[in-house]
Amino acid sequence: MPSKHPSRQEMPCQDPGERIGNFNEVALGFSENHARLEASRCLNCKNTPCIDGCPVGIDIRAFLTFVVEGEFKRALEIIKEKNTLPAITGRVCPQEMQCEAVCTLGKVKNGTPLAIGSVERFIADWNAMHDTGVVIETPPRTGIEIAVIGSGPAGLTAAGELARLGHEVTVFEAFHRAGGVLVYGIPEFRLPKDVLEREIEFLENLGVRIELDTVVGKTVEIQELLDDGFKAVFIGTGAGLPRFLGIPGEGLVGVYSANEFLTRTNLMKAYNFPEYDTPISVGRHVSVIGGGNVAMDSARTALRLGADTVTVFYRRTVKEMPARSAEIDHAIEEGIQFRFLRNPVALIGNEENRLVSMKLQEMTLGCLDASGRASCEPVEGKFEKVDTDMVIIAIGSDVNTICTSSTCNIETGRRGRIVAMDASQRTTMEGVFAAGDAVTGGATVISAMGDAKKAAKEIHEYITSGTSSNETSS
Amino acid sequence: MVTILSNTQLNDIIWQMDLEAPRIARKGLAGQFVIVMVDDYGERIPLTLADMDPVGERITLVYQVSGKTSLQLSQVEAGEQLSHVVGPLGHPAEVQEYGTVVLLGGGCGVAPVHAQAKAFKDGGNEVISILGFRSSDLVFWEDKMETVSDELIICTDDGSRGFHGFTTQALESQIEQGREIDRVISIGPLIMMANTVKVTRPHYIPTIVSLNAIMVDGTGMCGSCRVSTTDGTKFSCVDGPDMNGFQIDFDELLSRNSRFHEQEAISLEHFKKECKCKQAVQEVEKCK
Repeated sequence: MPSKHPSRQEMPCQDPGERIGNFNEVALGFSENHARLEASRCLNCKNTPCIDGCPVGIDIRAFLTFVVEGEFKRALEIIKEKNTLPAITGRVCPQEMQCEAVCTLGKVKNGTPLAIGSVERFIADWNAMHDTGVVIETPPRTGIEIAVIGSGPAGLTAAGELARLGHEVTVFEAFHRAGGVLVYGIPEFRLPKDVLEREIEFLENLGVRIELDTVVGKTVEIQELLDDGFKAVFIGTGAGLPRFLGIPGEGLVGVYSANEFLTRTNLMKAYNFPEYDTPISVGRHVSVIGGGNVAMDSARTALRLGADTVTVFYRRTVKEMPARSAEIDHAIEEGIQFRFLRNPVALIGNEENRLVSMKLQEMTLGCLDASGRASCEPVEGKFEKVDTDMVIIAIGSDVNTICTSSTCNIETGRRGRIVAMDASQRTTMEGVFAAGDAVTGGATVISAMGDAKKAAKEIHEYITSGTSSNETSS
Repeated sequence: MVTILSNTQLNDIIWQMDLEAPRIARKGLAGQFVIVMVDDYGERIPLTLADMDPVGERITLVYQVSGKTSLQLSQVEAGEQLSHVVGPLGHPAEVQEYGTVVLLGGGCGVAPVHAQAKAFKDGGNEVISILGFRSSDLVFWEDKMETVSDELIICTDDGSRGFHGFTTQALESQIEQGREIDRVISIGPLIMMANTVKVTRPHYIPTIVSLNAIMVDGTGMCGSCRVSTTDGTKFSCVDGPDMNGFQIDFDELLSRNSRFHEQEAISLEHFKKECKCKQAVQEVEKCK
């Protein structure tokens, strides 16, 4: 059967040799033709595994049908029913682990799954380019005020959902720009900031207000928000506390957390220094520690900022890397080197406290752990030393407790994660809900959005009926 | 946007800026800081609260003109606005009834010392303030400090006023004279804070320093301001800025704080050039 269908359309990309010299978007996006051809591959499966594979349950089959027909505005309306940020998710979702992983086209011999993410992105971009002004019908305003803390994927999603239900939503953001990890973490070449601004504008048109420069827990406290008339509070503060290795030498000049390196570059636009004031200094031989998307983003950013060599050190192998496969492919194309089964045990500096080298422990894979991923163990006595003048630590992050530490009513668990009831996203504080990385400790943009949608639904229940629907059942 | 109420020069390098910031004025406590961005191209720089007036809804910041951002700050005028001011951030100073508290302020550090001296005096302590300046013409806030101190010692490096020498030497002489001191707070250049610890350590006087590490967000998300302490890695922004001086690796912090010197010089040059361009354009327009 697949032979009757055209093969999967490849995403056109900037040439690797060219793109390492700029911060423009790498993936250029489908043309109308690409998108329609790709959508026409859909088998229209009755059981729609793709919809089940989507954490927010977008009606993928329906939007693909509209794309085939060239009804791109209708296609966007279908997506927006479930997902207010398609230009973003089309770009950053790990589709190969979600909707595309279960696509029937990928199950048949030599088959390749439909490029759902690329089509989603096309629909969002096409509508923006043609200014189709897709509007969402909202019910009459309820006048009920809800506070959303954090303007990352979880916060923006919750805000959008609640605004669509007619509520008055105010988003509090600590930074001077909205977007959370989408603006400080994900680089311009993977998610252009004007795409993000477009999606935020859509929310503002829904009536969402964004208050910048406000650190909840410092500038204002959760209890004060409730006292001030907010009927419910949603916490979507993410996981923004960088994890360090806990090895000697981490205070050396030349050692960065990925958060610092990416925040300086993305949010503060250090790549446009000195037009923008915030500096960054990139080493000649850059080492990135970690195997996730943040590690890929850091490595590719370092290359664009002028590093001679960039090497990713990961303690497992390529198979276990949590990064999106497209990002790993792009990194390889750009000349990023990889050293697997290596784990740093010491960072070594000179007499000026500047990093000059790194001691690595050789690792080996062990048994599969509970999550199905191979564990890794050190190989006794096997070490090596590599010269490096910059180390970027991208081994994950923890929850920043600045927001919850101002109140003792919100229970937190391991590594500061907020305890939320699975079914309702309720925290232990009355009227306060939470979702996203602040609860899970670190996952994908789309899963944060899925949980935030759930929370928004619960908040709506809570403020309209006075109780949460899961209050008794959970 | 935050409105500037006044921006006045206190001496040849130090300026005082009052801002209309009701929420920060209400919440801010001695020891806390704000992050300031002059415009949307700017850096996020931390400045410690020097005074808060909750009734007048204003906060006072004091800064020393040393690089691009501070130079730019000194050029904005009352009535104009800063793009972003966020805070109050960090932990407030730990204020209890200790007995005799000596506060050392060096240069620009005199201003945050003022906020703390006030808090310690209100907290029932005997407050001795030791303030250091290069010479007599640089002394500022003497009157403000007098009202919050039981005793005020002015030091100058060149001996043109008061005690001839550094604040740490004045502290040493207080200790030698047999003065019972229960707590020392030191705020100023890193080298001064490091030296304070050297003076107090042999006498087991608890010593708090206010760290001025390079920050980006000021809320614990980047780790730029991390310091190595005997109690592990700490972030100045969320674990401090006040920290136990005995635990700090000052050598490491000194090198971390100079890690962008090269870029800072480039930024300043770039700004000065731009300023000149702007001036030239204005002059041409005037001629028209």
